[in-house]
Amino acid sequence: MSNIKGKLIAVIGDEDTVIGFLMSGSGELNKSRQPNYFIYDKNTSLAELEEAIRGFINRDDIAVLLIVQYVADMVRHVIDNHAKITPAILEIPSKEHAYDPSKDFILKRAQRMFSADDFK
Amino acid sequence: MSGKERFPVFPSRMAQSLMKSRLKGAQTGRNLLKKKADALTIRFRQILKRIIEAKTLMGTVMKEAAFSLAEAKFTMGDFSQQILQNVNKASIKVKAKKDNVAGVQLPIFESFKDGNTPMDLTGLSRGGQQMKKLRDNYEKAIEVLIDLASLQTSFIALDEVIKITNRRVNAIEHVIIPKIENTVNYIISELDEMEREEFFRLKKVQEKNRKIKAAEDKRREELKEQGLLKEIEAPNLLADQEDSDILFK
Repeated sequence: MSNIKGKLIAVIGDEDTVIGFLMSGSGELNKSRQPNYFIYDKNTSLAELEEAIRGFINRDDIAVLLIVQYVADMVRHVIDNHAKITPAILEIPSKEHAYDPSKDFILKRAQRMFSADDFK
Repeated sequence: MSGKERFPVFPSRMAQSLMKSRLKGAQTGRNLLKKKADALTIRFRQILKRIIEAKTLMGTVMKEAAFSLAEAKFTMGDFSQQILQNVNKASIKVKAKKDNVAGVQLPIFESFKDGNTPMDLTGLSRGGQQMKKLRDNYEKAIEVLIDLASLQTSFIALDEVIKITNRRVNAIEHVIIPKIENTVNYIISELDEMEREEFFRLKKVQEKNRKIKAAEDKRREELKEQGLLKEIEAPNLLADQEDSDILFK
């Protein structure tokens, strides 16, 4: 798990968000010229999106997967089923869409935890 | 789950002491697990607090980053295609370390720079400053996000472990310990029962012996009165008498 080379940060989102992260130098093409980012636009089909997310989840050189929240909403089932520790899926706000904490699966879980505690 | 459950043991002293030591072991185990669950919960709450903080921080950082992207685009025109074309090797990468909380391995991600950041676009007219700002902003965003990611991963891992630990504590407390206690009680009651039986049996035997003795005495007495029975001297065991040789005559 801990190789010296370090792992990658994958980004899925709208063009601007992805460009921003690529600017900071997180983008990489691997040997088979596959990028570690995925740009979602209105022409992208849901199947393509799911395919991309599954692909990222199954790659073992990715440690963190950033997904723009409104895209994450479309493939909620894939994210909810993700049970492994790596890659860590992180929902980020996008430029056009405000961040909605109630949709975030971690915060949802946190809330459930607290409400469960209240019942005790 | 009925309260009458117990282990299939033969009620004996040994089984009793065995069960008692098992009970002690179960109680110690429960206490230890409870302590572990407490330690994990403390850490869990800390992480939760930090996650909420980080999430709000993420909002502002991302806003800033997106804004600087817009600024850069305004100054330089659309450079997205160039960026996409120039992607080759990642210069920001993530290192995974491990932290140990009460025997639970928590991953900690740390971002680090691998090689120098590509500065391909600085040659464009007047855009350099904006580009640098943009890059810095996004690097900051990545730092925050990586931090958040490791918190989140720890959160998930801890959540799972806490659940398991609590389940174990409950299982020991509500299933195993009562079962052992039932077994101990069963053994004690059974042993008591056996003791009483034994006592009763001894009493019975004594009484019987006494009765037989009394009857015998009475019979002898009667015979004596009739002059039929003389008092026989018991032979002296210590007297030096020679036994008759049976084997070698």
